[in-house]
Amino acid sequence: MQWTELIVFSALFLLVTVMGFVAARWQKGDTLDHLDEWGLGGRKFGSWITWFLVGGDLYTAYTFVAVPALMFGAGATGFFALPYTVILYPIVFLPLVRMWSVSRVHGYVTPADFVKGRYGSHWLALLIAITGIVATMPYIALQLVGLEAVLRSMGLNGSGILGHLPLFIAFVILALYTYQSGLRAPALIAFVKDILIYLVILVAIIYLPSKFGGWGEIFNDAQAKFDATPAKTDGILLNSNNQLQYATLALGSALALFLYPHSLTGILASRGRNVIKRNMVALPAYSLVLGLLALLGYVAISAGTKPIVNQATGRPDTNTIVPELFGANFPSWFAGIAFAAIGIGALVPAAIMSIAAANLWTRNVYKEYIHKRATPAQEAKQAKLASLVVKFGAVAFIVFVDPQFSIDLQLIGGVMILQTLPAVAIALYTRWFHVYGLVAGWVAGMGYGMWLLYNIGNPAIGKAHFAGSALPMGQLSLFGWHPFGGSTLTIYVGVPALAANLLVAVVVTLIAKKMRVFNGTDQTDPSDYHVDEDSPRVKPVAAH
Amino acid sequence: MPSDPKTGLRWSNWNLLLIVPLLMLITPWFNFDQPRLFGMPFFYWYQFAFVPLGVLCVAVVYIKTKDAPAVTGKPDKLGVDDLDEGAK
Repeated sequence: MQWTELIVFSALFLLVTVMGFVAARWQKGDTLDHLDEWGLGGRKFGSWITWFLVGGDLYTAYTFVAVPALMFGAGATGFFALPYTVILYPIVFLPLVRMWSVSRVHGYVTPADFVKGRYGSHWLALLIAITGIVATMPYIALQLVGLEAVLRSMGLNGSGILGHLPLFIAFVILALYTYQSGLRAPALIAFVKDILIYLVILVAIIYLPSKFGGWGEIFNDAQAKFDATPAKTDGILLNSNNQLQYATLALGSALALFLYPHSLTGILASRGRNVIKRNMVALPAYSLVLGLLALLGYVAISAGTKPIVNQATGRPDTNTIVPELFGANFPSWFAGIAFAAIGIGALVPAAIMSIAAANLWTRNVYKEYIHKRATPAQEAKQAKLASLVVKFGAVAFIVFVDPQFSIDLQLIGGVMILQTLPAVAIALYTRWFHVYGLVAGWVAGMGYGMWLLYNIGNPAIGKAHFAGSALPMGQLSLFGWHPFGGSTLTIYVGVPALAANLLVAVVVTLIAKKMRVFNGTDQTDPSDYHVDEDSPRVKPVAAH
Repeated sequence: MPSDPKTGLRWSNWNLLLIVPLLMLITPWFNFDQPRLFGMPFFYWYQFAFVPLGVLCVAVVYIKTKDAPAVTGKPDKLGVDDLDEGAK
């Protein structure tokens, strides 16, 4: 047991717990009994709060442990996280402000609310909502993987169910203050999380390389390690087979990120269009940190860091690489701060994700199908309860199911959420697609994507299915026809799945238009997509 | 600042700058070890250089389109409607 680390960690954890409960009174609206308040913090966050909140939301603890772990294990392919988070903002800059405006005029809380308003179809909205919930659940579970990695590094590495007890306690506390304070809790805690993360990464990136002979030495050590392994896909540079995979994974991930309901929650909670635009300029500061952090995976190679064996599963857990590197090379009080940064870094996104999933459940399932006449207060109550269910579901996932399963599901989740692109993102610009086309495209993209993922095996780690998202192009076939022959070039699965989705959506749309099938009623007006905070047309916040 | 324009789509040529950062997806342009900078292979520092480049592109688009005249019901003399698929 590492007492100094544990004490520093616990003190910082206690601080954010107090903040989480106090947050209910921070920038308080008239009532917390409305989803605008509980689920979106009153829709009034300014540039700074939004920067910390969205940054705290997108750059999760799991990212902070998994990306360096990937670099440690496979090399350059893990660096896709940098291009991913650089191209992200130019891509979403224009669509996001449209989404904000139309949501502000009509009081939409979730992406599925928008789809329902745009197409007048609660079935299509249900499809989007379920996709969002299913894709978000394993993501929450993965935050626990990040949190558990630091707990185990601090010596809380028990076996069996008892080994998960510290994680369970941390999550009960998180669940309680999220229940009470809603989105204001992660918004306030994000300040602590992000400041700690910046502090730790800056110190690590300045101090550690000098300790191991500078960057030149570190990269040479990494190359030497990868040269010694039998695997051909690793190395400090990409090879001829995985370059397309690298680029398409970065692009696909960037397209998918703001389709996740929790990312949109942070955007809809902001005050106005300029807040969002300024953030699109300022958020890449986190990308820089993420890129530097990724390189710590190589530093760990030079430092000879060994992943610790997870007592609960009996296997070495590469996600403990960064915590172990910090633990071995920093004085224990600073290692405690670093662990707290990662641990608190898990709480912020986990809270926002559970709120987003709860909003989806409440608005697009509960109010639509179970209790149509629910008052705003009943909606808020339902969402609070749903957030508890979601969080305990995630804990159960980690405790009772192999964490590897969550990682597989997260991989699948990215491909799944990408299938909502036509209905959510393209619909922001045009209503050309027919509602039947969107549904058919979703079914096709989802089915094809799952089938492709299922067939990806990796004999090296003994997995026959769901062993990654890199698909050899030679495996792509259209009813037995292999358009790319036996090519070993790999591509991100999300791309062919989205292509199938769009193709089917276009064909069915053309048929439906030819047959003049009714295409639902559009509740939105073209001018809704440009409304700003000063307009008289914005819907009053928390109006009944 | 006037709001509530009538058009469905607004376009500024400055928006084209948003495509520039996507050039970093062309891996054959930078998948090299040499030249190194501070010991870092070209592959890594080239991509790091895209962080400020991306920020610059988005910032220019933000600043240049911030005060774009909003359409307030009168015909738009700038010809924006020509580009406007969404207008009725």
